[in-house]
Amino acid sequence: MDTHSKTPQSTENIEQIEGVVIRFVGDSGDGMQLTGTQFTDTSAMFGNDIATFPNYPAEIRAPQGSLYGVSGYQVHIGSSEVSTPGDDLDLLVAMNPAGLKTNIASLKAGHMVIVDLDSFSKKNLEKAFYDTNPLEDGSLNNYRVIEVDMTSLTKECLKDLPLDNKSVLRSKNMFALGMVYWMYHRSMEHTLDFFAKKFKGKELLAEANTKVLKAGYFYAETLELIPNSYTIAPSKMPKGIYKIVNGNTATAWGLLAASEKSGLELYLGSYPITPATDILHELVKHRHFGVKAFQAEDEIAGICSSIGASFAGDLAVTTTSGPGLALKGEALGLAMIEELPLVVIDVQRGGPSTGLPTKTEQSDLLQALFGRNGESPVIVVAASTPANCFDMAFQAAKLAVEHMTPVILLTDGYIANGSEPWKIKSVNDLEPINPPILKEATPDWHPYARNQDSLARNWAIPGTKGLEHRIGGLEKDKTSGNVSYDPENHEFMTDIRAEKVKRVANYIPELTVDGAQEGDLLVVGWGGTYGSLHSAVKGISDEGYKVGHVHFNYINPMPKNTAAVFAKFKRIVVCELNKGQMAYVLRANYPQFTYVQYNKIQGLPFSVGDLNKKFKNLIANN
Amino acid sequence: MEDTAIQKYTFKDFQSDQEVRWCPGCDDYVILRSMLKALPEMNVKREDVVFISGIGCSSRFPYYVNSYGMHSIHGRAPGIATGVKLANPNLSVWVITGDGDSMAIGGNHFIHMLRRNINLNVVLFNNEIYGLTKGQFSPTSLLGQKTKSSPYGNTQPPFQPGELAIGAQARFFARIGGNNPKDMSDLFVQAEKFKGTSLIEVLQNCVIFNDGCYTHYTDKEVKEDKQIFLEHGKPMIFGKNMDKGLMLNGLKLKVVTIGEEGITKEDLLIHDAKESDPTLHQMLIRSTYPLATGIIRSVDELSFEDREMQLTEQVRTKSPFKKVDDLLFSGETYEVK
Repeated sequence: MDTHSKTPQSTENIEQIEGVVIRFVGDSGDGMQLTGTQFTDTSAMFGNDIATFPNYPAEIRAPQGSLYGVSGYQVHIGSSEVSTPGDDLDLLVAMNPAGLKTNIASLKAGHMVIVDLDSFSKKNLEKAFYDTNPLEDGSLNNYRVIEVDMTSLTKECLKDLPLDNKSVLRSKNMFALGMVYWMYHRSMEHTLDFFAKKFKGKELLAEANTKVLKAGYFYAETLELIPNSYTIAPSKMPKGIYKIVNGNTATAWGLLAASEKSGLELYLGSYPITPATDILHELVKHRHFGVKAFQAEDEIAGICSSIGASFAGDLAVTTTSGPGLALKGEALGLAMIEELPLVVIDVQRGGPSTGLPTKTEQSDLLQALFGRNGESPVIVVAASTPANCFDMAFQAAKLAVEHMTPVILLTDGYIANGSEPWKIKSVNDLEPINPPILKEATPDWHPYARNQDSLARNWAIPGTKGLEHRIGGLEKDKTSGNVSYDPENHEFMTDIRAEKVKRVANYIPELTVDGAQEGDLLVVGWGGTYGSLHSAVKGISDEGYKVGHVHFNYINPMPKNTAAVFAKFKRIVVCELNKGQMAYVLRANYPQFTYVQYNKIQGLPFSVGDLNKKFKNLIANN
Repeated sequence: MEDTAIQKYTFKDFQSDQEVRWCPGCDDYVILRSMLKALPEMNVKREDVVFISGIGCSSRFPYYVNSYGMHSIHGRAPGIATGVKLANPNLSVWVITGDGDSMAIGGNHFIHMLRRNINLNVVLFNNEIYGLTKGQFSPTSLLGQKTKSSPYGNTQPPFQPGELAIGAQARFFARIGGNNPKDMSDLFVQAEKFKGTSLIEVLQNCVIFNDGCYTHYTDKEVKEDKQIFLEHGKPMIFGKNMDKGLMLNGLKLKVVTIGEEGITKEDLLIHDAKESDPTLHQMLIRSTYPLATGIIRSVDELSFEDREMQLTEQVRTKSPFKKVDDLLFSGETYEVK
């Protein structure tokens, strides 16, 4: 191995910094996601804390050079706690004019943008609707522009290898990565190992990528335009074994863990839908754990097959996004009245209708709570960060089987695709899951006999002798489970199903407040906005403001201490990536408080800077 | 070994305690009785039998059978039954459905169930009408048929369920008159034995909203002359006097009379239900004279759940992952000390 990849560079001109936010942008075929992931993994291994944000178009291969075909990957690395991928960029790497045009506004003034000069052809400029070349017309005067002939340098570097032009051009992203590695004092080792593995049997490609990566690295080293490199010290994270996970993978693994812990086989009935499909992609790999992942003919068949699997005794899950949840509504009501355990995962995206499939939003909350006919409450929980998806998928499964009810887990496109370091949890260390399975008939058994504390009914699984029974969507008699149209019985059953979900509050953790425990402002959030709200609250707390932050993982039912926490603050601001759905729910549940709303609905996460301003403003005008 | 032996059940063992609530005279009673008679003949434990239905008159069926059952939602029984079977392939899983349930609201699930060939037994109660919603036309109602939702006559041409099924690659298709309990019971037993999706269309008379829609085929006086009961490997012969039969005339079926024009029994077509080419099966399904009943098609092929289980076994033997921890701690990990 080349010594340069391991030995530190000269110590002159190395500046120690707290953290950096970098965005790689290019055509959707330019390999920006791979470039970003490599930088992320390398930095994680170095010990930095990390948060990432891939932002890619709905089009798979949009026309080259077009504005809407730009794919980006943002990564924030730091030597202290990193909760978000960051608002504004310290470095932008733009592989073409379209990438520059759509992203330059995010770059901090005076900061550096690296462009592939070769891509600034007349044709590409036109495609990006530039009337004049931004590299020449002075419009980038506020930034430090590093122009690199990346395409020609890549070609030059690979001229002796028998590669076709396409393969040559496809490796230019590694030139950019090499440069950024040098700038941030990263080792190339991880990526070189990655090439060796990824291109096993295709040694030529491994060699090409290795050459280009190193070429970029040495180019940056010798380039006088980049006067210094930076280093970001390892973050002080709790001891343990870590890996980088995104939310969808963590969700899938949480389900696997719940399956093993509960002793139930995992069943997934699903239909492909962005941005939830990666959970299906992950679970289909794991047949060795007995996972049955069924790609159904539609969303409805997906959930219905899961209801069937649940009836037959599996840990049943269905995964989807907003439009799919709408289609599943009727079947979800069936699972609810049958009191069968079912985990429904909604990876929220921009709505309504098809909306913004690849962008994030939190606008399915009311659908999750109320999107069914009749009185049909279900448990609703939400994951707050990519790694937290593991915990909440596990909790959703535990609550579903222990309380014999559907549970909706809300994640979103932002945390589903975003990644962060996860301190790996061994299944041995997770809480037990105890499904109320009835093994044999008892004289007083009936299908709707209930546990006196949780009100959960027993799980009588086909194949068990003596427990033969019928369930269905019609109202049932409270004791026999047979069809009943009796008015009092219907009211009784409606109430007891609601009470069962309400009592889940006895089994979930209470809210904890980050920051000030009482004071001027309580910031309330739920789900995937945790990182942004946490950063903003921490930021202004450090400035001396009396601000607290509570974040809901459990929405129906809510934690028992909710009102007690709210009462300790002068003002409450509810921050959501929708038009105020959680605020609506809080007003209904806790009408004694006044709620200010802070909403954003642009398909993007909150900006920490904007949150800071809003919070300070609210405190100033108390 | 006593535990695994299957006890001998009777009709009564499978009868539930629920009062049957179909209209007096409905063929649904015949279907239920045929099923209760067939179930003890299937060599299946009662606790391993699961009935899944959708919505419609027929879909009350699971309540009347003392086994596991689910009366689910409109059109979705195939989806639910698929989940039950994949979760536990040892179960004998039945789908009870009607013409509206399976071919209108549940059409998509119906065709994909057949395409996959999952080992389910499907009883399709075809009465060419919506009964439970009180008399609207269904996907099998005839053109011109006057119903509550087509007072001037139906303008939507009907499906022929068997044709639709074979278009969806059904491997097993049988048809039987709703007033023929003896053969029906036997078909149910045969369907259970078949390892794949077995579809049995029952021509079920609705006494209230479409009374008599099949009488020209099923009335005692005409049924032997108007129906042919097909049996694999036997000549296609029918009629009160067993003197009529089927031959091919070009690309069409032709009814012939034995003894006329020198035709003998040996000239008749022999029914081959196991032929994978569905051409002749389609012709039989479309035939209006005679109406084909019995097992029209029964082609052996690996079932969906067997494909699934075989693949899982292959993957399992090769995989380095035995426990979930093996996966979680694999790959790109790093230690913070």
